[in-house]
Amino acid sequence: MSVSVTREGRQETPLLSVQGLTKYFPARDGRIVHAVEDVSFDVRRGSTVGLVGESGSGKTTAGRAILRLVEPSGGRALFDGIDLFSLSARDMRAYRQRLQIVFQDPFSSLNPRMRIAAIIGEALDARGFPRGQRRAERVAELLTLVGLSPDHASRYPHEFSGGQRQRIGIARALAVEPEFVVADEPVSALDVSVQAQVLNLLGELQKRLGLTMLFIAHDLSVVEYLCDEVVVMYLGRVMERGPSRLVYGFPRHPYTKALLATSPVPDPTRRRTHVPLHGDIPSPIDPPSGCVFRTRCPEAIAACAGVVPPVEAIGGGHHVACIRHHE
Amino acid sequence: MTDALAAGTILSVRDLKTWFVTRRVTAKAVDGVTFDLRRGETLAVVGESGSGKSVTSLSIMGLLSRPGQIAGGKILFRDRAERLHDLASFAPKDFRKVRGKEIAMIFQEPMTSLNPLYTVGDQIGEMIALHEPIGRQAARQRALAMLKHVEIPDAASRLDDYPHQMSGGMRQRVMIAMALACKPSLLIADEPTTALDVTIQAQILDLLRRLQAEMGMSILFITHNLGVVAEIAHNVVVMYAGRVVEQAPVNDLFAHQRHPYTRGLLACTPNAARDLGDDGERRALYSIPGSVPPITDLPPGCAFEPRCDFAIAPCRAVPPPLVPAGPHGSSRCIRSAEL
Repeated sequence: MSVSVTREGRQETPLLSVQGLTKYFPARDGRIVHAVEDVSFDVRRGSTVGLVGESGSGKTTAGRAILRLVEPSGGRALFDGIDLFSLSARDMRAYRQRLQIVFQDPFSSLNPRMRIAAIIGEALDARGFPRGQRRAERVAELLTLVGLSPDHASRYPHEFSGGQRQRIGIARALAVEPEFVVADEPVSALDVSVQAQVLNLLGELQKRLGLTMLFIAHDLSVVEYLCDEVVVMYLGRVMERGPSRLVYGFPRHPYTKALLATSPVPDPTRRRTHVPLHGDIPSPIDPPSGCVFRTRCPEAIAACAGVVPPVEAIGGGHHVACIRHHE
Repeated sequence: MTDALAAGTILSVRDLKTWFVTRRVTAKAVDGVTFDLRRGETLAVVGESGSGKSVTSLSIMGLLSRPGQIAGGKILFRDRAERLHDLASFAPKDFRKVRGKEIAMIFQEPMTSLNPLYTVGDQIGEMIALHEPIGRQAARQRALAMLKHVEIPDAASRLDDYPHQMSGGMRQRVMIAMALACKPSLLIADEPTTALDVTIQAQILDLLRRLQAEMGMSILFITHNLGVVAEIAHNVVVMYAGRVVEQAPVNDLFAHQRHPYTRGLLACTPNAARDLGDDGERRALYSIPGSVPPITDLPPGCAFEPRCDFAIAPCRAVPPPLVPAGPHGSSRCIRSAEL
């Protein structure tokens, strides 16, 4: 059940189109956690989109819901024209080969009792890859692809450093030759000196294999560097999105401005002089009415409590959800 | 080496060696670390995992756990009455004289340092009552004043909250309130903002700066984040594999790194102005090859040599000494003059 699209048409249609994605979790007392609410964005074929936000923004839940690692509560995720959310569990399994995930923690995401060959082999099993000599060659190929040596295949995860383990996680994700990879904070558990190695590897693989990637991160400078487009989330909703150069160069939402202003820059001559944001992110169980950011927003006015601001296009693919964006 | 401290110096760590000794192996987690902290200033100790930065701070506080032990060196501390103490020679009971009143510490994860069974008001009050003869009501009043001092909104109503009822940022404020309740002259902050979001991190850094200006305390700030260092430090010590590799005033360090490791750390942090072309084209990030070596298996020469772009044959022979580099700094690199 695939949709036949012309080669030209394919280039026009985004590989992934997330529309109105919503995920609620039940809370203890019958109330509802609004983890992700009405999130929409597109991921063009061969591009990398960054999903940024603080803890509680819903970025990780959004990434997992798209892959149905948690079941979404609403919305659609059109992958190559097919709504992933409408697929039966069996049909979804076929799609899983095309959509893979790299996890944050390279220490807990690899089974300590399995050799690397078996860890990557498991992914090949899922694809029905035959056992035997050809498989060993494929594992060696994958290890080389991520900058490890083929003889690492016989070792156990504990014999590797954090950066090397993340490379193994990437090799496992790539084993099934996916078209689309969700990378969930893939470098935030790594030492600074090793982060750059893994970022370079991801950039290189993307170019070489034509991968399409959703990159989830809280580090704004990493996202700016790696991503063609960025989606800024706060308390489950999209605040601003668009090409990275526009969002970083000309941020229009007060939250994006605050995030950029508070990210420490390694330059002591450019110290911040004031804190633009007060207070904490509110509970997603009882999010503020209207704009969810208004309780911390330095620009908030009475009208912000009234309606949820629509995500409006302001040109060049740049979108912002703020009733005062034109001011 | 005399025990004299330069005027204005509150803490002087001299050739500190903290080793973890087991029958099979000796891990020299801190191996000959020297630095000074001046009164009222912030000294940032930067390093990656395994650099020895946290073990250094635990050594100063007397919080090492077995098999960790101080194997050599001095930790000279000048208390408020101008008396000098060598913390490296303190017995566990000696630390009670200085911990809390003179030196306090905050950690990365406040939840593990707060007791979940007591209200934050009780915990701050207990801290004060431990050091001063003070009644229950008075302690409660002081706790309230401290919560206001660390800018907890609606402090009176939060006094009876339990830690789990607070956000991560609020808990870190409570930790700071507890640490500062007895007005210590030295605060050791071990990655205090690492677990926090950037907007909350900015609030905590601002709070620490304001409290430092008001109370005149000195801060030893342990972190892996060079952005945070640039925000808060007066002076910086960079550690690698248990040793200081570079030391300099903050502006000097960021303007000109005189050790290849420091230079590499700064170069591999993504920076759009440098790493993206005008057309948005990504240039490969500079990356330091390999990873931090295990502390029990360091190379014979310079510990950074296997990962260093500047390494030459003599680097492999003996560990290089820390030599003066730049106007007010030092570097543990035999090629520092060329950098």
